[in-house]
Amino acid sequence: MKLERRSFLKLSAAAVGAVSVGGAATLVSRAKAAPWYTQEVRQVFSICENCFWRCGIKASVVGNRVYKVEGYKENPKSRGMLCPRGQGAPAQTYDPDRLKKPLIRVEGSERGAGQYREATWEEALDYIAKKMLSLKEQYGPESIAFFGHGTGDGWFVDFLPAAWGSPNAAKPSVSLCTAPREVAAQYTFGRAIGGHEPIDWPNTRYIVLIGHHIGEDTHNTQLQDWSQARKNGAKLVVVDPRFSTAAAKADRWLPIKPGTDTALLLAWMHVLIAENLYDKAYVQKYTVGFEQLAAHVKPYTPEWAEKETEIPAQVIREVAREMARHKPKAVLPPTRHTVWYGNDTQRMRALYILNALLGNYGREGGFYIAMPPYLEKYPTPPLPLEPNAGGCSGPAKAESEPEGYKPRADKGKFLAKSTAIQELIEPMITGKPYPIQGLFAYGINLFHAIPNVPRTKEALSKLDLYVAIDVLPQEHVMWADVILPEATYLERYDDLVAVAHKTPFIELRMPAHEPLWDTKPGWWIAKELGKRLGLEQFFPWKDIEEYLDTRLQSVGLDLETMKQMGTMVQNGKPWLTDWEKENTLPFGTLSGKIELYSEALAKAGFDPLPVYEPPEAAPEGFYRLLYGRSPVHTFARTQNNPVLMEMEPSNSVWLNAEEAQRLGFKAGDYAYLVNQDGVREGPVRVKATQRIRKDAVYITHGFGHKAKGMSLANGRGASDSYLQTRYTLDPISGGAGLRNNYVKLEKAPAPRLKSVVQILKERRA
Amino acid sequence: MARLGMLIDLSACVGCAACAVACKMENQVPAGASRLWIREREVGTFPNLTVEFRPEQCNHCENPPCVPVCPTGASYQTPDGLVQVDYNKCIACGACVAACPYDARYINKKGYADKCTFCSHRIAKGQQPACVETCPTYARVFGDLDDPNSEISKTLKAAGRQDVLRPEMGTRPKVIYLNAPSKKGLTQEVTRHD
Repeated sequence: MKLERRSFLKLSAAAVGAVSVGGAATLVSRAKAAPWYTQEVRQVFSICENCFWRCGIKASVVGNRVYKVEGYKENPKSRGMLCPRGQGAPAQTYDPDRLKKPLIRVEGSERGAGQYREATWEEALDYIAKKMLSLKEQYGPESIAFFGHGTGDGWFVDFLPAAWGSPNAAKPSVSLCTAPREVAAQYTFGRAIGGHEPIDWPNTRYIVLIGHHIGEDTHNTQLQDWSQARKNGAKLVVVDPRFSTAAAKADRWLPIKPGTDTALLLAWMHVLIAENLYDKAYVQKYTVGFEQLAAHVKPYTPEWAEKETEIPAQVIREVAREMARHKPKAVLPPTRHTVWYGNDTQRMRALYILNALLGNYGREGGFYIAMPPYLEKYPTPPLPLEPNAGGCSGPAKAESEPEGYKPRADKGKFLAKSTAIQELIEPMITGKPYPIQGLFAYGINLFHAIPNVPRTKEALSKLDLYVAIDVLPQEHVMWADVILPEATYLERYDDLVAVAHKTPFIELRMPAHEPLWDTKPGWWIAKELGKRLGLEQFFPWKDIEEYLDTRLQSVGLDLETMKQMGTMVQNGKPWLTDWEKENTLPFGTLSGKIELYSEALAKAGFDPLPVYEPPEAAPEGFYRLLYGRSPVHTFARTQNNPVLMEMEPSNSVWLNAEEAQRLGFKAGDYAYLVNQDGVREGPVRVKATQRIRKDAVYITHGFGHKAKGMSLANGRGASDSYLQTRYTLDPISGGAGLRNNYVKLEKAPAPRLKSVVQILKERRA
Repeated sequence: MARLGMLIDLSACVGCAACAVACKMENQVPAGASRLWIREREVGTFPNLTVEFRPEQCNHCENPPCVPVCPTGASYQTPDGLVQVDYNKCIACGACVAACPYDARYINKKGYADKCTFCSHRIAKGQQPACVETCPTYARVFGDLDDPNSEISKTLKAAGRQDVLRPEMGTRPKVIYLNAPSKKGLTQEVTRHD
């Protein structure tokens, strides 16, 4: 899809004309500076990779460089708009710090010492395959774990381990993020929430966000929809210990005491039931267990909740009545990162039950019912195992393992069926319940995602094989035995992305240009490795284009057509009425209805109705460590991106202004954060602010890199992950509750670092 | 002729900087310089608070101080009311940079003053400026203030509170802020230090 020839000529003529006015000397320099858009621009459809919202984009390419990406209207994720991370994402492809060639750790050097020699792909892949086959012979295929995150993770965390025969495949997006809300949704609605939270924003009239940072986690469509809902006049209530961006837009801010959310939810249910404000017809028709629920919430009055939450009983009552007045167009959307205190599945159950009392699930202004698009798999021979990692759209389904295969190493530690990534670290150290001696890390940042970094480092040091596939020399990557440099999202095809949605759709990523340096796409790496492992039969396709073309045939398309479309949209069944027309209901629970009371949880020995557990108190002199997102950064992935780092080069620690004064911190001061186990992070700038309670501090996630090869990221800010040396395992979902960590602040000198701009200027010169 | 301007609705803006990054990419703005930036200021005391997220850029003033100070005529106003720089006439003397009360200009090392153009190259193709097109909160409206049927005119007509930056300078900015969150209007302006 090129620019129309005529407009291209017109533009270049204008540029040439302008230049000719100048003198001879400037003619050369300014001709060189002719902007990219005056040259021949190709446009290529792709999918953004700077977060996992996965917006459809159009890349503008000149030669071997993408200058600009934009959303496009036909794509239901971007709809023609992009967030800052998406806009700035191409800068990563041209980052001089990228991994450029396969690397093998120098024999005899220690893991983590960072001594490597360059290798050919042939040698690197042979090395890995040989080691894998020997581990398989000695310990079995389950002795290799596969961790990954990103659009390409399907090759390495779903497909390859299932073909290879290891159930130990895991993604951080499950037990370090969405597990509680997804498991709770299964026990309540019998359906996933999914990666695109299915809220009917355009029609909602009343929104209650609990710890949900819209505007700071710039999930593009969600931000668009939420903004539109507010423009339409929807009322907004924000429950957060911090005056978040969303709180700044709210009609009411409830600065709740951290960790007491379930008490608030129970009190709201109490009011709806005690004052007869809930949707009786809906509850009767679509739910089971109302009588038990009514009896259960009877003692949880707003006065009781006020003592726990520090929110006035009167306010609790008023908000409950306002919700009821707007029902069913009142909604409490589930946030994505729900691993907070360890009892998180129960909190999410409480949230869903409250939504059900408002009668909003499957109805306009509430939750729509998301359906996945129709798309067939590539016909390979049956894999020995079912992919087991799950994802942010819910847990895996594998209940038991086929004969001859071991169960996943974390089985039995919690109720859910999906793998909990943090529970696979221990077996690497103890060899129990069986040894895990090998690890693949694709795209995930082991140290900035998994809590208890010292334990992770100990585990890495014990492995027989550790392979990292990445685009940047992240700290954990530089511990690997073999480092495989992947092509970035602009340089590769990936598998089709199929999104469950109000209008289900399929989107395509295709390369904008050839991979730079000696980098390779994930699909190629997986296939080449498969060949060496004796798994050729599972990779019967010649190349990715044949693979994609075959899958697209199943929906009446082909790759060439899809390349011109970017996105294919299908019809969904978003409302209960759509299902009732077909005489069915969407609920996949045992009862076939929304389960306010969960018989399944009762049978498994858990509370069938959500019970409030007060949070553990912070030790004397410590603040609870809260964390969240910056709108211009994603996880620990973007802190070496020159454009995004210029926008926000570091995080800062939010400290209540009065506390700051008490501790003697002034504007511009720096602090170390020291946690309850003596781990120290920083120096990090102190943001003395009115925008947070006195009992907590807050930092954005993703900073505090300790990777020498990442010249912009290294040493800037503080890492919340390194300070999370503890977590509380959610016994239902396997989620790792991360908010039971505490820090105190110690005065620190300003860090001696070149500014990001200075480094970028030196690069240019 | 048209009178091109822009509205920024501060009740919608979340300060995410999508506009600033889009601008940086579209115009390949060099490191250390910006044509568009975000200010964030909190107002009030716990728990009675508000935060102003405010993008700033060249205001394409109707009475631009940067134009008369230019010794070579490089800074000029187009018939559409845009304030632009002719890179070939510019000698990078910096007079316009000093004259701008909004700190909207910088000297490009290639030898000329530079700033927001409202993406005139995109307007010429019938597109929106990059900052407007990408805004995920629908905070920005661009168009012809003289056309009563344009979206910008209609939005302005229906809008509540309207402010411009430093009205006392008499520059008559065409970037207009709607719905400033503080009752006192736009928060205090300070000079930007890069």
